[in-house]
Amino acid sequence: MNNVEITDAVLVREYMQGNENALSKLINRHQHRIYSFIFSKVYDRDVSEDIFQDTFIKVINTLKRGKYNEEGKFLPWVMRIAHNLVIDHFRRNKRMPKFDNSGDFNIFSVLSDSDLNIETQIIKDQIENDVKELIKELPEDQLEVLTMRIYKDMSFKEISERTGVSINTALGRMRYALINLRKIIEKHNLVLTN
Amino acid sequence: MRKLYTKKLSKKDQLKDLQPGKETVQFLLNYSKALRVVDCRGIKFGTILN
Repeated sequence: MNNVEITDAVLVREYMQGNENALSKLINRHQHRIYSFIFSKVYDRDVSEDIFQDTFIKVINTLKRGKYNEEGKFLPWVMRIAHNLVIDHFRRNKRMPKFDNSGDFNIFSVLSDSDLNIETQIIKDQIENDVKELIKELPEDQLEVLTMRIYKDMSFKEISERTGVSINTALGRMRYALINLRKIIEKHNLVLTN
Repeated sequence: MRKLYTKKLSKKDQLKDLQPGKETVQFLLNYSKALRVVDCRGIKFGTILN
């Protein structure tokens, strides 16, 4: 016999007087319509969920503070809040667009993690050790220039001052060091790539 | 071939599914229960009780 539906206005009043069940009834009554409205604008479940939540947090805060005075217009009022939050969402997204990774193009196919994984790190260390061994076969003057340039990061001007030769000579030694290093690598049939 | 294997939902079915998650609704109800508004000399402060 209890078929008479309690109006929103009554439920709002009861909620403002401390009846928490009234809020549950209001949410259950209007959740589908409000959520559908939000979803029809943003087309994203997660965003809709967030905006729905924010909408009702505003509703709860307003009602609990006793600031609500639109009796009988509960749903349009909530819809207006939801509408404003949807606009806020789009404004925010315009400033900081969200990348949707659902299409054919996958952002992770062009973005990669520049850090080496443990396997490539081991290979890199091994190659560097091999190169350190190989350069020992170079003539002393070439080895000296190559070591200063590559491992000590010195400029050719500094190398020329340190070794007492001209910059051109230092450059020439470096050039021959690299040529000879390639020959040594070929002779040993080494593959020094990652 | 795709249409042979996919069943297109009717508009009614699509709309039927559109509602917030139970967790969201439960969160709102819990938030409401936890929120207390204190009136201090005309200024209202909201506090969340654990």
